[in-house]
Amino acid sequence: MSRGALLVLADGRFPAGGHAHSGGAEAAVKAGRVTGAAGLGEFCRGRLHTAGLVSAAVAAAAVLGADPGELDLAVDARTPSPALRVASRRLGRQLMRAARATWPSAELDALAREFPKGAHQPVVLGLVARSAGLGAEDAAYCAAYESVSGPASATVRLLSLDPFDATAVLARLAPELDLVADRAVEAGRRVLAEGVDELPCAAAPLLEIGAEAHAAWAVRLFAS
Amino acid sequence: MHLDHTHDGPAAVSADAHRPDGTHRALRIGLGGPVGSGKTATVAALCRALRDELSLAVVTNDIYTREDAEFLLRAAVLPPERITAVETGACPHTAIRDDISANLEAVEDLEDEVGPLDLILVESGGDNLTATFSKGLVDAQIFVIDVAGGDDIPRKGGPGVTTADLLVVNKTDLAPYVGSDLGRMAADAKAQRAELPVVFQSLRTEAGVGDVARWVRERLAAWTA
Amino acid sequence: MTGVRATARIVARDDGRGGTALPVLEGDGPLALRRTRASGSEARVMLVGAMSGPLGGDHFAVEAGVERGARLRVGSAAATIALPGQAKGESRYDVRIDVAEGGELHWLPEQLISVQGSDLRVTTRVDLAGSARLVLREEQVLGRVGEEPGRLTSRLSVRVAGRTVLDQELGCGPGAPGGWDGPAVLGGHRAVGQLVVVRPEFAREPVAARMLGEHAALVPLAGPAVLVSAIASDALRLRRVLDEALAFLG
Repeated sequence: MSRGALLVLADGRFPAGGHAHSGGAEAAVKAGRVTGAAGLGEFCRGRLHTAGLVSAAVAAAAVLGADPGELDLAVDARTPSPALRVASRRLGRQLMRAARATWPSAELDALAREFPKGAHQPVVLGLVARSAGLGAEDAAYCAAYESVSGPASATVRLLSLDPFDATAVLARLAPELDLVADRAVEAGRRVLAEGVDELPCAAAPLLEIGAEAHAAWAVRLFAS
Repeated sequence: MHLDHTHDGPAAVSADAHRPDGTHRALRIGLGGPVGSGKTATVAALCRALRDELSLAVVTNDIYTREDAEFLLRAAVLPPERITAVETGACPHTAIRDDISANLEAVEDLEDEVGPLDLILVESGGDNLTATFSKGLVDAQIFVIDVAGGDDIPRKGGPGVTTADLLVVNKTDLAPYVGSDLGRMAADAKAQRAELPVVFQSLRTEAGVGDVARWVRERLAAWTA
Repeated sequence: MTGVRATARIVARDDGRGGTALPVLEGDGPLALRRTRASGSEARVMLVGAMSGPLGGDHFAVEAGVERGARLRVGSAAATIALPGQAKGESRYDVRIDVAEGGELHWLPEQLISVQGSDLRVTTRVDLAGSARLVLREEQVLGRVGEEPGRLTSRLSVRVAGRTVLDQELGCGPGAPGGWDGPAVLGGHRAVGQLVVVRPEFAREPVAARMLGEHAALVPLAGPAVLVSAIASDALRLRRVLDEALAFLG
């Protein structure tokens, strides 16, 4: 693995569309569920252990060589909200575009052909990590970190939250990020041996319900 | 891993002049500029001026999701399937310059779904004087300012004013009311932009968007040559 | 000391005379089954908790098979209460459901109440043939009134013609993954429920997503299925939302 490549992929400025998504933070802020740094911390913790864990395990399994089509179906089954499925495929397509210019590979070309409108983002992320010479643990960390860094930077914009407080929230989650990445890689290995049912399927009802409410708004700042 | 690896499949390079099927893609022109300078009104006027001679479409980048797209839809300047709104997460300059992936998808989808297209206008949400379009997204860009925003804007410069392929100074009809000196604006623009063109326009006059439309036609002729 | 193991089995079969027979209806220890009055072609079964349970260390299972063209409705006489027990370790409650071609199952048990100090893992796995129909309701209440909940992990997976259309696991209570009670997951709500409706016609005529108030959404899944996901402050409000959703779907 190349630690340098990992930093490039994990950089929040990697041009793969994430900046336009709040990871559910906009809906949570509007509903009054997140009003400051403490609420953001609990929001991010919940997202990390649910959507973040699932994404991290899917990405790890993809790096390890699990079938991308099966992983994609598994993400569908773990994403009840159609608004979130659309957002995930859109982000997958955008990541694919950025990655094919940065780490071109025949494997990415094949996935782009199979899913012209986008495979789910964590599936793409796993194959991008492979193309960049990264391992399952790297991909799991990227997915887990994205699951909290997106809401944190969105909340800075939404609440004019002190950016130092938002970054401190992320720093305090670091031990749990390690835990989630470890669990994700273990699950990814089990997928190879026993199939995609081994993927975690941790649910977050308010993320799913909030995403549907958000998708119906006429006026919003973020795409999801 | 080889970065120069040759690979098949659809092209991944954003500025490629050809579509995956080998056909020439549409010319993409970006319109940026500060809030309220008349970008959306200019886009609407361009659509009315060009829609009978060209196959065109519009991508908007709004701060609040779909506001500009909905203005264009209400004004019925184009059929709805030719107008796409990109959501920018409150940062249009990010979506047109730093992370253009959503915009590239929008232009590709428009060409797939309503194509073939001659021209796609990509409008930025109102932003500041530093917001410019990535060369990976557009082939040429128009920066729209207006006389009411202060006649010192051309003198202040900034990447939009100094480097845009066309600078449009809009709402010239308001100059007497807001005390803007058009001569001074023209001289300052010339100093900042050297040979790059500047158009002074008022969409309320008969000439309207005519000069800008002419410039777009010239660009298109060069693109398809 | 080990807990109680009990497995109840139901098989529903088209009786060839426009009704549904129940050739297998086996309760076991704390899991008793009662046949109740049929309605038209539909057989009806009530799960009766002869003991309260599951307690710590218990392992309960219910297996229900609906054969080709049969129609079955299963309810329960009262809420299931997960209690702490003297045996160590988690208790388990596993539900396995199979519905064959043309079969129809309504699985509408009462709530599961997770009592303080309990530790229960529930899995519900549904396998449906392509033309099978399903209405399945699952409701969890976290703690009795004014009480902290126990540890509860509940996984629901639904396959249609071999493809998984829903796979979701909710973990809550002490020791659950962080943030379970926070603004991304339950937001302090103490009742959470899901209603899954599978009908072959949804493949042709998908149902559009819609909000049902502030804390519930009806969504089309990636397959011929609809999920209603709801959270509420209490079991009554939760039931009201799920009933409304079912009435809306007709």
